[in-house]
Amino acid sequence: MSKDVSLIDQTGWLRPLLCWFVALLVFFPILMIIITAFKTEQQAIEVPPSLLFTPTTENFGIVQERSDYLKFAINSVITAFGSTLLALLIAIPGAYSMAFYPRKSTKNLLLWMLSTKMLPAVGVLVPIYILCQRTGLLDTTFALTIIYTLINLPIVVWMLFSYFKDIPKEILEAVRLDGADTLGEIRHVLLPLSLGGIASTALLSIVLSWNEAFWAINLTSADAGTLATMISTYSSPEGLFWAKLSAASTMACAPIVVLGWFCQKQLVQGLTFGAVK
Amino acid sequence: MQKWLPRLLVMPSFISLLLWMIVPLSMTIYFSTIRYNLLYPGENNFVGGMNFEFFYTDDAFWPALFNTLTLVGLVLLLTVVSAIFIAVALDKPFRGRSIARVLLISPFFIMPTVNALIWKNMMMHPVYGVLAAIWTGFGLEPVDWLAQYPLGSIIIMLSWQWMPFALLIFITSLQSMDHEQKEAALLDGASGWQVFRYLTLPHLARPIAVVMMIETIFMLSVFAEIFVTTGGGPGYESTNLAFLIFAQALMQFDVGVASAGGLIAVILANIVAFFLIRAIGKNLVA
Repeated sequence: MSKDVSLIDQTGWLRPLLCWFVALLVFFPILMIIITAFKTEQQAIEVPPSLLFTPTTENFGIVQERSDYLKFAINSVITAFGSTLLALLIAIPGAYSMAFYPRKSTKNLLLWMLSTKMLPAVGVLVPIYILCQRTGLLDTTFALTIIYTLINLPIVVWMLFSYFKDIPKEILEAVRLDGADTLGEIRHVLLPLSLGGIASTALLSIVLSWNEAFWAINLTSADAGTLATMISTYSSPEGLFWAKLSAASTMACAPIVVLGWFCQKQLVQGLTFGAVK
Repeated sequence: MQKWLPRLLVMPSFISLLLWMIVPLSMTIYFSTIRYNLLYPGENNFVGGMNFEFFYTDDAFWPALFNTLTLVGLVLLLTVVSAIFIAVALDKPFRGRSIARVLLISPFFIMPTVNALIWKNMMMHPVYGVLAAIWTGFGLEPVDWLAQYPLGSIIIMLSWQWMPFALLIFITSLQSMDHEQKEAALLDGASGWQVFRYLTLPHLARPIAVVMMIETIFMLSVFAEIFVTTGGGPGYESTNLAFLIFAQALMQFDVGVASAGGLIAVILANIVAFFLIRAIGKNLVA
């Protein structure tokens, strides 16, 4: 009995230590790539890797010069944020309707939407490529934005639905008694009460679009390429330029990782609505 | 409230997804029934089910199917189980917890292609890799991970990337747990394990279902990691269905066979979805 009670105010050192150990273990590969980005090529391939070295920033300059980092970064911002905005615009009314006015078909509709996401992209690559080619949309950020909107839509609808569903119906009825119509419901109940949920859905959609490589590599090249496209040019076996590869990787991932860190609260808060009853 | 309005509001999502499904899919169905090899233009005659037979009897088909399912199953198991334990450990405050949490969820924001490159070049490389350095430090022979355990290596990379996603959702869910109930149970003489088994796990049921659903969707069509690291090899040891279709379409230029493969993958995805929804669907839409 006394042993069990002690579990309540357990302030031992073992659990924090283990947590820190696991956290550093998980973060280690990212740390490696950041450190390597500041090394010279010579230092980057030393075995065992040295931790004592004079950091250099020349790799970052080389990446911008050789790969036109800024252009790819702008394309990434356009496609990731554009597709997220579009997906939210389409999905919010739909998820609202399904959560607040459920019908018999609602559950099947949701499951069907998710099942479209299970389609392997390679299965429809050729038709989409041909369609883009015929309409002159190949290698445009517009086409990529539309594709990202469509491939994220099922998840966006699903997440929004689960946030909206948990909004207490009493609030809704109160607003209706006050004479609010559908638009009023959306404005005064749905949006304010699920802001955290919408934010975290948006964040997930931005992350998925930013990191998407398959469609970006296959549908874009010089003009509309994203950072994922840029990285793919570094993966060729033309030589193990690890320091440059690391710098390019850091530059490609840093914006979204930092966004993730800053929005962590929002993300966590949002997920509280959805994943929790 | 007008009756038609809710229906109208669903329409944009419904129609855009329907088009996204129907247009390419009907083209894929059409391609799968004709001879369509980019190396032999102009010979697009109808061949019936031959493309399907060709794909289905390919030496790579069964390994690819097996690898696809193994990959989904093992990544789910590894990420969900480890994330549950880490989330429970993180649930009580300690010095620097928020920093530890930031470090733990970071891999989820890393680009999959970069993930693959980090692990291939910096972690698993038999000469320069960190793991090799550790192995040698213990006086052991370094392992050529991607050559010796290709599928296992890819499963490790994917688990590293997706454990944070599961963790993030579980941490959040645990925060909303009723701590008084937990303390009451402990005072009544329940062991830590019993609290975990009968209070924490049931509380996590729906988050676990959500995580499994979303991860399955992504793991069924894993592509970038295989493309960057092993190229499906050696042999077919790390080829999954998505990669096999890619190999048919873009390496052998056989659009017809690749389309047939795409349809087989769609059918497989639907079978998996059916069982998955039967198993965890209650928790999802309840």
